[in-house]
Amino acid sequence: MSKKAVALISGGLDSMLAARLIQQQGVQVEGINFYTGFCVEGHTHAIRKQDRNKNKRNNALWVAEQLGIKLQIIDIVEEYKDVVINPKHGYGANLNPCLDCKIFMVGKALEWIKDFEYDFIITGEVIGQRPMSQRKATMPVVARESGADDLLLRPLCAKNLAPTLPEREGWIDREKLMSITGRSRKPQMALAKEFGFVDYAQPAGGCCFLTDKSYSVKLQDLWNHRGTRKYELDDIMLLKVGRHIRPNQAFKLIIAREEGETNFLSGYQREFQTIKTVSHAGPIALVEGEQLDAQQLELACAITARFSQGRDADSVELLFSDHGQNTQSIHVKPMPAEQIKADWVLA
Amino acid sequence: MSEVTELDARRLLCPMPVIRLQDCLRKQASGARVRITCTDPGTMNDIPAWCRINDHTLLECDQQDHQISFLVQKSQV
Repeated sequence: MSKKAVALISGGLDSMLAARLIQQQGVQVEGINFYTGFCVEGHTHAIRKQDRNKNKRNNALWVAEQLGIKLQIIDIVEEYKDVVINPKHGYGANLNPCLDCKIFMVGKALEWIKDFEYDFIITGEVIGQRPMSQRKATMPVVARESGADDLLLRPLCAKNLAPTLPEREGWIDREKLMSITGRSRKPQMALAKEFGFVDYAQPAGGCCFLTDKSYSVKLQDLWNHRGTRKYELDDIMLLKVGRHIRPNQAFKLIIAREEGETNFLSGYQREFQTIKTVSHAGPIALVEGEQLDAQQLELACAITARFSQGRDADSVELLFSDHGQNTQSIHVKPMPAEQIKADWVLA
Repeated sequence: MSEVTELDARRLLCPMPVIRLQDCLRKQASGARVRITCTDPGTMNDIPAWCRINDHTLLECDQQDHQISFLVQKSQV
């Protein structure tokens, strides 16, 4: 009876190749993809007007279709919070908990194979590919701490690792697996050519906002000002959008950078205090923080007006709205660029 | 013909609409129909692709202004 494997499909080339290598050995492969809330491309393209004509395909779905496998996308936003907030193995260069993330995802895949009676798990990991999560020393850590142990097969570098259960039991011919190491993409590109894959996403890893320095600065700022390392899905969505400017401890402005972002942020008018320029074309700004007093409101309006078409005008009219209610008109002189201090801008 | 289950995925960004549809269909019987309304243009690619991959039938796709509506029938398998 043929064996069944679950492949972690990120949408990148490596997991695509790993799955195809196992499919070629007669194993039935199905894919799972995890949604953490920190994924990059789909959101940015959906929001920004200048990106609206870019290809908006979900790469994991696209890869599954190329492989001819079924794919489940699993929402792990809530459970993933603990990985981001308390990573046992710490962070990478930014707030990326890559090793804990991999352990968590393989652990979730283990639950999946037990629930749905699959035989083993495949990942596209390559020894030496990633400085934190894909090193020779961390490969056994992922297998052990996820609980997957020798049910975890890495087809692209399997020959450099101890044989797993599928290899020892003869479900898989180890000789047909690979021994890729290092950061070069040439072996993967050669294998892609051999398989006839001519169109594929760039290497995995760049798909998570937590690896981005600017994003991590904004997330850390959010935690600092709330006094707690917690977040909701809307929080991490909003960190991907607009200019984030914190002129003082009381509030932060999220100012749209273009029309698509204005449309997106306008959807939050009932959840935030908002400011919108009306005398000149300009952005909407969300105010995150305390209820603004008169002085803070003038400051917030002057900053927002700075990013409108009226930036050089003597006076700009803006509408302030408190959670969609009590709208009031404000007139301010836009703040000169040099008065917006560098340390106000979160980036 | 069975009733249509309505799903509101407006304002949700991909892949959340796909996840909502997937989780809803998982609870339905074969042949059940679900209509999902979305605003993320990415769903124009993702929902048809997800249906093809998982053998569900996309019965209708209707776009009006910024809203996209998909009528999907769960596979008979």
